[in-house]
Amino acid sequence: MHELTVSPWASLAYLVAGVCFILALRGLSSPASSQRGNRFGIIGMTIAVVTTLVTHVPLRSEAWPPGNPHDWMIDWTTVVEILAAIGVGAAIGLVTARRIAMTAMPQLVAAFHSLVGLAAVLVGVAAYLNPQAFGISDLVIPLIGQPFAVIHPVSRIELGLGVAIGAITFSGSVIAFLKLNGNMGGKPIMLPGRHVINLALLAAILGLIAYFVTDQSAWIFWTVVILSFVIGFLLIIPIGGADMPVVVSMLNSYSGWAAAAMGFTLHNSAMIITGALVGSSGAILSYIMCRAMNRSFISVIAGGFGQSSDAGGPAAVSDRPWKRGSAEDAAFLMSQAEQVIIVPGYGMAVAQAQHVLREMGDKLKAEGVRVKYAIHPVAGRMPGHMNVLLAEANVPYDDVFELEDINSEFAQTDVAFVIGANDVTNPAAKTDKTSPIYGMPVLDVKKAKTVLFIKRSMGGVGYAGVDNELFYRDNTMMLLADAKKMVEDIVKALD
Amino acid sequence: MDFIAILSIFVLACFVGYFVVWAVTPALHTPLMAVTNAISSVIIVGALIAAAAAGIGAGSGVAKALGLLAVVLASINIFGGFAVTARMLAMYKKKERPVAPAASK
Repeated sequence: MHELTVSPWASLAYLVAGVCFILALRGLSSPASSQRGNRFGIIGMTIAVVTTLVTHVPLRSEAWPPGNPHDWMIDWTTVVEILAAIGVGAAIGLVTARRIAMTAMPQLVAAFHSLVGLAAVLVGVAAYLNPQAFGISDLVIPLIGQPFAVIHPVSRIELGLGVAIGAITFSGSVIAFLKLNGNMGGKPIMLPGRHVINLALLAAILGLIAYFVTDQSAWIFWTVVILSFVIGFLLIIPIGGADMPVVVSMLNSYSGWAAAAMGFTLHNSAMIITGALVGSSGAILSYIMCRAMNRSFISVIAGGFGQSSDAGGPAAVSDRPWKRGSAEDAAFLMSQAEQVIIVPGYGMAVAQAQHVLREMGDKLKAEGVRVKYAIHPVAGRMPGHMNVLLAEANVPYDDVFELEDINSEFAQTDVAFVIGANDVTNPAAKTDKTSPIYGMPVLDVKKAKTVLFIKRSMGGVGYAGVDNELFYRDNTMMLLADAKKMVEDIVKALD
Repeated sequence: MDFIAILSIFVLACFVGYFVVWAVTPALHTPLMAVTNAISSVIIVGALIAAAAAGIGAGSGVAKALGLLAVVLASINIFGGFAVTARMLAMYKKKERPVAPAASK
């Protein structure tokens, strides 16, 4: 039975909201239509919120027991509280969105995911404590004692899954945030027997949710919540910095599934459609990221990548001779070139070098050099990270190319300019079967006539912990300095 | 709505999501994450219901407080998510063709 009869108009409005969210994602198929897409998203959210506010006006009754419908009146205190809650959230959200540096976008997204997860848990707990309000229970009035609500069995599964996924999203995102924000080392932290622990926890959570169907006791519900927080924490702890793009996408996916599970509980089509959209979006992004690293999703989740440097290329390689260049050499080589391809990586984001890099590109263009940017899918700490930074620096998006579109061009390129990228250019991925990154699609920078490689020092290795054979090639010139400083010097030398 | 009707919406929406997301250009993957994050905060619907409910039983007061807290969290996400997406999308600019007439040497 459904005590909480949703009016057909409300259902229709939620459906419209869901369609708006589909159009919001559809708009992102090209930068030209993307802003319209975002507006569709805002319209959809407004429809969903207003519909809920109108159909769930807070009521109170002076009379007790509240039998007569005429006893109910609008509870203005609650109305004000709700509007204040929205206002507080809006203020925090808008200020954060305005102030955040573009380089900090991965942390921000992780932080936002944690909020969705926590909100899902809170809604789930609220639904468990007051199931009548959500229309997911039958009221049983015993002959003696207080009336109590019996939650529908299907709703119990949905509720259990919803809070579990929400809690995993929350604690996982908090760890991802701490790692991305540098509060916690990027190195994976390995617990002994963690796979056994995680599988046992997962089995316990699923078992308890199944048991919850037969017994709606509080201890079961709370144990599910607590175990889910713990497993979210344990799942992300062993994953290293280089795998963060996958983690962020995966948590994005989880936040969607959490919303969908809550949508099932509330029989709300807007939440279900959105949850499915976001869930598949995150899953597809995770897949794209894994493919770009030639790693299976399972191996990423299992964690531990990039912790040891003894795998693959032996340390002895570092003794090989290499060539060092100066800013003036780099400026001369590039100004004489016909085409320069710039390969940015996470190091560019860390050094905040995107603006001065664009300045360098403009100077080269003024000298008649063709300048292009080549982006590897996993460059940076989240999908599309480099694209956003280049866009921030006013690099036109039709100068920016994806791996598959530009890789064949390196052979006809005079200079490949690698700034802050390492593993994504490593030729060992194609040649060295023992390398941990073997099989990963890489940018063919070595085919360019000259490779300029900005690196802070010769000591460090990339996140995969492997040496890059590129450094020791005859056509490579190493520019050892802070990325921003080096590009600034090149700009000066170009004058 | 019965369970099967809801499940149908869910399954079809998964397929829609699959095709729509593959059509998103890789250059916009970061804004995609920001906007999906904003729309997944549609969970605010549940938070509003919990906050507005005058329930029976001891749990309803706590449920209301949790609902209000969830409204705050979801609002941060909604406003922050859409605003940061708008900020990012405004940066994606096309090349101004007339300014740089293809000068090859």
